[in-house]
Amino acid sequence: MAEVSLRKVVKLFDGGVQAVRGIDLDIADHEFVVLVGPSGCGKSTTLRMIAGLEEVSDGEIWIGGEMVNDIPPKDRDIAMVFQNYALYPHMTVFENMAFGLKLRHFPKDEIKRRVDRAAAILSIGELLERKPKALSGGQRQRVAMGRAIVRDPKVFLFDEPLSNLDAKLRVQMRTEIKKVHQAVKTTTIYVTHDQVEAMTLADRVVVMNHGVIEQVGPPNELYHHPATIFVAGFIGSPAMNFIPARLSNGAGALRIELGQGLSLPVPADRTARYAPHRNKKLLFGIRPEHLTETTRTDKQNLAPITVELDVIEPMGMETLVHFRIEGTPVCARVDPAAGAQAGQPMTLAAHMDQMHLIDADTGKVL
Amino acid sequence: MADGTAALAQTGAARSAAGPRRGGLHRMMRRQSTTAFLLCLPLLALVLGLMIFPAFYAGWLAMLNKSMERFVGLGNFTFLFRRETFWNVVWQSCIFAITAVFFKALIGFILAHLVHVLPAKGQRKWRGMLLVPWVMPLAIGTLAWWWLLDPSYSAFNWVIRAAGGENIAWLGDTFWARFSVILVNVWYGAPFFMIMYLAALKSVPEQLYEAAAIDGANAWQKLWHITLPMMRNIISITVLFSLIVTFANFDIVRILTNGGPRDTTHIFATYSFALGIGSGDIPLGAAVSLFMFPILGVFAIFILRGVRRRADAMG
Amino acid sequence: MNTTVAAAVSEPVSRAAPSRWRPSLSRSRKWALWGAYAGLILFAVFFLIPPYYMLVTSLKTSQQIAAIEGNPWALPWPPTVSNWLALFTDTQFPIFFRNSVIATICTVAISMAISILAAFSLSRMRFWGSATLATGVFLCYLIPETLLFIPLFQVVGFLGLMDSMWVMVLVFPTLSVPFCTWIMIGYFQSIPKELDEAALIDGASRLQLLLKIFIPVAMPGIIAATIFAFTVSWAGFLYPLAYIFSFDQMPLTVGIASTMIKADVFQWHMIMSAALLAALPPLVVYAFLMDYYIAGLTAGATKG
Repeated sequence: MAEVSLRKVVKLFDGGVQAVRGIDLDIADHEFVVLVGPSGCGKSTTLRMIAGLEEVSDGEIWIGGEMVNDIPPKDRDIAMVFQNYALYPHMTVFENMAFGLKLRHFPKDEIKRRVDRAAAILSIGELLERKPKALSGGQRQRVAMGRAIVRDPKVFLFDEPLSNLDAKLRVQMRTEIKKVHQAVKTTTIYVTHDQVEAMTLADRVVVMNHGVIEQVGPPNELYHHPATIFVAGFIGSPAMNFIPARLSNGAGALRIELGQGLSLPVPADRTARYAPHRNKKLLFGIRPEHLTETTRTDKQNLAPITVELDVIEPMGMETLVHFRIEGTPVCARVDPAAGAQAGQPMTLAAHMDQMHLIDADTGKVL
Repeated sequence: MADGTAALAQTGAARSAAGPRRGGLHRMMRRQSTTAFLLCLPLLALVLGLMIFPAFYAGWLAMLNKSMERFVGLGNFTFLFRRETFWNVVWQSCIFAITAVFFKALIGFILAHLVHVLPAKGQRKWRGMLLVPWVMPLAIGTLAWWWLLDPSYSAFNWVIRAAGGENIAWLGDTFWARFSVILVNVWYGAPFFMIMYLAALKSVPEQLYEAAAIDGANAWQKLWHITLPMMRNIISITVLFSLIVTFANFDIVRILTNGGPRDTTHIFATYSFALGIGSGDIPLGAAVSLFMFPILGVFAIFILRGVRRRADAMG
Repeated sequence: MNTTVAAAVSEPVSRAAPSRWRPSLSRSRKWALWGAYAGLILFAVFFLIPPYYMLVTSLKTSQQIAAIEGNPWALPWPPTVSNWLALFTDTQFPIFFRNSVIATICTVAISMAISILAAFSLSRMRFWGSATLATGVFLCYLIPETLLFIPLFQVVGFLGLMDSMWVMVLVFPTLSVPFCTWIMIGYFQSIPKELDEAALIDGASRLQLLLKIFIPVAMPGIIAATIFAFTVSWAGFLYPLAYIFSFDQMPLTVGIASTMIKADVFQWHMIMSAALLAALPPLVVYAFLMDYYIAGLTAGATKG
């Protein structure tokens, strides 16, 4: 087990495509870090560089206090779980898990001991004699993880391991992975494009976009305090609403003008923060869950806005309502009992403590 | 690429103090391409030494005199052009290849459909039985045909006589000899077409036929608008491939007629053999075989295009 | 669901139609099936005439063959196996057989070694000209032996292999290696890259990757390629005919045709017995490994 450090890591592909543009990241021992971002953001390339499957174009990668840039994958003491599992189709489950140990000339009884232990952790003991072809998707996933566990490596690398599973199984395996990490405590780097996976699994989430890190932090911090418009929009589902806005001095207090005559008061504790940005093009960011029916009383700083609803989507435990402000589509989550009706006006409460103001030009959250 | 390596070299120089293993991974990659080349070396040696070199060497040989002591330029070629037999060979090679490939393709196509209609369980058996001619060594199969077409004991003539007809000199008469060599070639090659077309038929998604049926297409329309367009590529690849193989065929004519009667069934390969090995005029034989080269080259280019397009289409 | 609704709605209209339509559909399908069987039987007879006639003739004595009145198609009575036995005692058949076996085993071994190594390299690694070589391999497959046998005559003479059975081991790989390499490239390329990477992380070297992952995973392809190499070298005719003149060096194909035919009287019962036995090994291999055989045949076009 070990810490992992990335220092100004760059990946240039043939043809000049810069997949990763100078990443700095420190991962502590035993930590579970998730790299998340849209496809093409460089997260998989970063993982593959840590694994040694891609050459590092510039910068350094350190694993357990050793610079590994020029160490081939087999000598880095890492284990990797692939998206399509990459199980050896001609070997049984046992042989699949034992292969890495066999190549490293472990004694037979030690191999057996380790495989049995991993099989117990993953509860695949009765599958050991089967071939991968005879396994279900979830079982293959477990075997792929077992293959990583038996090696007892310094670092686990997961490359979108749940993408090939159906939705139900994905949730189940997510819990499974968390359980395994709690049992073996190996430093883990996990790549996914699914922000829910990132939030639920990670100690810290690394949000990547266009080959750079947008923000690093614990899941809740990213949710409540996104640093950029990208993180704000990427984390959370349905995604945060962004409405073009302007700051104005109405009656001495700072107000946010959304157009259509909608104007919201800036909370007192933020006045000083926002005041310098009065003349900029801004975006008012608010999550659908922070645009609710007005009857809620548990929150402070509710500001009412009245809008005409376009579409309503009942989800059971809540109802999503869609409307437009100055042509910008906006979504809100209201109580099913609130009586939302398509084509009817409705007054919603904006939770101003949870809102964000974003500089439209730089994309920074103010 | 150039940028990448430059940057790499730079950092390599800047950080050479950081660790002695710097560049190890890069060196490993470079060593890998050397390994890759070495693994291909036996293949290269075989292809260059026993295929490419001889092909060019044939060009040189064709410009020597019979005893291979004197350079005669295009003398062998002009000599061939003046001989009627040679033009017969050109003519017969084309007739042989085109007719045989046409019937092979037709029969193969029909057979593939017939097998495809059968219930899935019976297909294997029939497919297995129908592929037997292709599995037998061609020289051996042709021996059997030779015996079947024997001048005095022909089993076919027995049938014809039993039906009240006259004996046919299968291999002694020019027409029937030409017919026979083509017949044997069709017998040998049609199964190959069947297998290729059957594989192609099975790759046409069933939904297309269902959609066509709902659109009101009848069997012919399905064949014309779905099956043929979907199989077009494989049909053309198979036909071109077979044209090459048939054009360059040797075993059948050599065993069945050895060019006779009166050199009327000779094709390039057998004529070249008769001149080059039979009469010991290596340069003249090489000159004859070289005539196949441009024709086969054109076919080969078309095949390559077809295979590439197919690979692209299949992603 | 849509169809049930539609059926329910249009019931009055369609009630008459199915009763007229459905039997005719199944009847036409039945006719198509019978037609298919008839056509298949016709072609099967055409295709199986030569092997059948080989068998019939091989069971006859020379007197039975010479009897012009009898039906030549009928199985002789009594059948005799003396021809088959005589092949092994009175003729050079065992020598031909041995030569064919040796040449084929060597050719298959050489072809597979060359093509597996090359395909491994061409499917996974890059070097200058590797893409051209992969295409070149395919084009080489299209070069027929009849184009090369004359210049190779000189090459073989230069190497001192003229009139030796080992010449087959030298030249037969030119017939098999290009295609074997081509289909092995296809099979190797179909192995997902992640499998290499998993093995690499598991600590496998390049050689271990080839031996422990690629070869076992691509076993169907290897079997198909092996069968191809076997068939091609077992059937090889032109090269040995051109380069081998001594009976004790000839393979079956050439040996049967030249020794037994060059005699004054054609010993058809012996020729057909020998031909049948010569055709047997590929037929047996085919009977057991038909699916691999067909996979190999169609691989060229479908694996691309």
